Amino acid sequence: MANRILIVDDEPNIVISLEYLLKKEGFEVKVATDGEAALSQAADFRPDLVLLDVMMPKKSGFEVCESLRADATLADLKIIMLTAKGRETEVTKGLALGANAYITKPFSTKDLVARIKTLLA
Amino acid sequence: MNAKTRFALAVAVLGLLMTGPFLLTVGILWVDLGAEERAGFLVAMDRWLPVGGLVTIMTLILGLQLLRALFQQYVHGLLRMAETLRLMLGANRNFRVAPEGPPEVRDLARAANDLAQQRNELLDDVEAQIRVAKATVEEEKNRLAALMSELALGVVVCNLDGRILLYNSRARLQFKALAQGPTSMSGGALIGLGRSIFSILERGQITHSLENIQQRLRKGSAEPTANFITATRGGALLRCQMAPVLRTGASGEAAGHSDGIPPAEQGGDDVRQAAPAQVEKVTVLPGDELQVTGYVLTIENITRNFEREAERDQALQSLTDGNRAALGNIRAAVETLLDSPEMEADFRERFMRVISDEASAMSSRLDATMNRFADSLKTRWPLEDVLAIDILSAAARRIENKLKLPIKHEEQDSNLWMRVDGFSLIQAITFLASRLQDHYEIRELRLRLAAEGKMVFVDLIWSGTTVSSETLYTWELEPMNVGSETSPLTLRDVVERHGGEIWYQREKAAHRAFFRIVLPAAATPDAPAVDQAQHLHSDSRPEYYDFDLFAARDAEGAGIDLDRKLSELAYSVFDTETTGLQPSQGDEIIQMGAVRIVNHRLLRQEIFDQLVDPGIPLKPEGIPIHGITEAMVNGQPRLDVVLPAFHEFCAETVLVAHNAAFDMRFFQLKEDSLGIKFTQPVLDTLLLSAVIHPNQESHKLELIAERLGINVIGRHTALGDAFVTGEVFLKMIPLLADMGIVTLRQALEAAQKTYFARIQY
Repeated sequence: MANRILIVDDEPNIVISLEYLLKKEGFEVKVATDGEAALSQAADFRPDLVLLDVMMPKKSGFEVCESLRADATLADLKIIMLTAKGRETEVTKGLALGANAYITKPFSTKDLVARIKTLLA
Repeated sequence: MNAKTRFALAVAVLGLLMTGPFLLTVGILWVDLGAEERAGFLVAMDRWLPVGGLVTIMTLILGLQLLRALFQQYVHGLLRMAETLRLMLGANRNFRVAPEGPPEVRDLARAANDLAQQRNELLDDVEAQIRVAKATVEEEKNRLAALMSELALGVVVCNLDGRILLYNSRARLQFKALAQGPTSMSGGALIGLGRSIFSILERGQITHSLENIQQRLRKGSAEPTANFITATRGGALLRCQMAPVLRTGASGEAAGHSDGIPPAEQGGDDVRQAAPAQVEKVTVLPGDELQVTGYVLTIENITRNFEREAERDQALQSLTDGNRAALGNIRAAVETLLDSPEMEADFRERFMRVISDEASAMSSRLDATMNRFADSLKTRWPLEDVLAIDILSAAARRIENKLKLPIKHEEQDSNLWMRVDGFSLIQAITFLASRLQDHYEIRELRLRLAAEGKMVFVDLIWSGTTVSSETLYTWELEPMNVGSETSPLTLRDVVERHGGEIWYQREKAAHRAFFRIVLPAAATPDAPAVDQAQHLHSDSRPEYYDFDLFAARDAEGAGIDLDRKLSELAYSVFDTETTGLQPSQGDEIIQMGAVRIVNHRLLRQEIFDQLVDPGIPLKPEGIPIHGITEAMVNGQPRLDVVLPAFHEFCAETVLVAHNAAFDMRFFQLKEDSLGIKFTQPVLDTLLLSAVIHPNQESHKLELIAERLGINVIGRHTALGDAFVTGEVFLKMIPLLADMGIVTLRQALEAAQKTYFARIQY
């Protein structure tokens, strides 16, 4: 069975690439465009991995990450955070709050796919 | 025995010498002769005695003449010479002894003259040397003054009470430019010798920086200075650097040695050699020996620079961070396109559109950034490299003092440096501690310090109660108020300002939780423990500050001690011009002038000079006296703004005026409506003049000034009269002291007595 990936990002212009790319790689993909949608989708869709953008309206990626980690039923969930800011302190915060990996935009799609595959292996 | 007695004695001896042998011979003959021989002898005597007596008297007179001449020449001549020598010794060293009298005396006179000549030359030499030395000191002083006034930085020197001991014109200008308020000098007037720096800069920040410096000194830091940024009431930003003024236990010896002059009491060669050893000792012993007696503040108004810098920074940030996402989108789209040759046409077109949209968005972002360059932007604060552990111990002290919350220190890396604004960071830590204490009743807080890569972790740890992340999010956005201390900043502001992050985490196993503040680490500055004494006594430090001024003499702060000496107090000497002489009948003040006296000096730069719009027409008969016309007062501020500014100007000083009662009546009529009160003691030069010269009929200012030898210029402007009054008052202080009136209390009492005396008669 194909692994499920939830893309959480409010920018359609990145979502289109990510969605196309990951579907092509054979994943089952869903998209949430804000933090709250992400939490409800995570409960329904039960993804194996979440691609989580930090800068979002309503709830930030950090908050979503914390909530996901607080949910014991999602213990195996992998989280990759995406950010447009390159600050090291932010990366550290993401990892401290439970993200498995942290990727800074712009990134190479090949690297991203490789990271995802490693995490899901 | 004086010369006269000795002369009389000499005369008697001479008389005896001339008559004695003859009488003795006659006596012996008389005893030896028989009766007839005695009769014969008597007959012979009778015949020859008149001749013999005459001869004896003649020779006696001759002897007397000789004796007198000798006395004149030797005794009197020498006495005269002694007087002359004394004159040369005291009053006139160019006077010379006239060589007269016998050769021996003349010789002595010449020898004395030679000696005097040599002494003269020596004295001339010494005087010349003193003149040269004085000129050098004067030149150095002038050079320092020139240097200080040319500096683009404001320089202010304060003692530990925050009293200003020295400032340069740039500092005056900077603060004047920041002055708020309608009068020309409010605010600007606040910088002045003896005034408190806290009226300009925030007390908390000064104390914090001083603490910081003291800590660095204890650690033997090579550069015990502190930097901070402060905002004034008007919103301007000042960058201040604080450097301590130090006194060491052995500073005198060290200074003496460096000049190559051994201290006076150390005469012998052994002691002189021992001196360097003592200096060495000072350099080895840090901390205890060093006493901070004050500080030098260099102040730079960076509002403009800072805004420009912040804008540039913001622009840079929007160009990098802002374009990251767009570039990311483009890159992802392009790579997907390249990797998917099989992609259907409409999908392909959607990808192309993404690329085109993002590229044009990047272009417009670039344009917008360039346009926004000139706009005002969010502030960012310059940061300073500090030892992380210093900040933590300062925060711990603050929390223990303010919140009475015990602090424990967990493992703390003492070699971590971070780049922070210490004051706001400590505020942030204290704020978190107080929130934890208030809402979760924690009983102790642990502080931990660790590093990872280029980051420093500051952890606030507590056990038991857990907190939700939401709570932290709320706290992050609240202004950081702790007790009565308020701050316009939020925790988020502080964290963002540092480019840091903060989050909440739990240590489940240990049943503990912590807030972690991550801050960027600073490169560990190589801090060679340089020779401290050398640093402190290096030539770069001017040596001619009056260090007596550093003694904290004003223990009570604001109050004026009535038992202080008149010569030590600070005064505001003032005068007013008015529309007429009847304050109760509606006459009003039209001009106020004042000048400060500090440390027995009239400070002609520290003045208050303001025309006042009286709100009523000027009386034509007054105009020739004060020379103030309607046109001059039109548009000037009213007394209700000028008087409070004056009140601020003369805070903490004794008021001095000529016929002060008149001016004070004008003030008193306004005090209630303006809510200010002049509570300080008032000295009246008119009454003091009556104390000093009770028998003079007039005590008009001009006449007093004339009596005391003061040139009167610029009278009948308020400031001109204040200057004259000030000079008169300064001349009066020693005259009063001669009468035993030394303290302020004594002067007030004496004036009061005269006042009653004048009323009675």
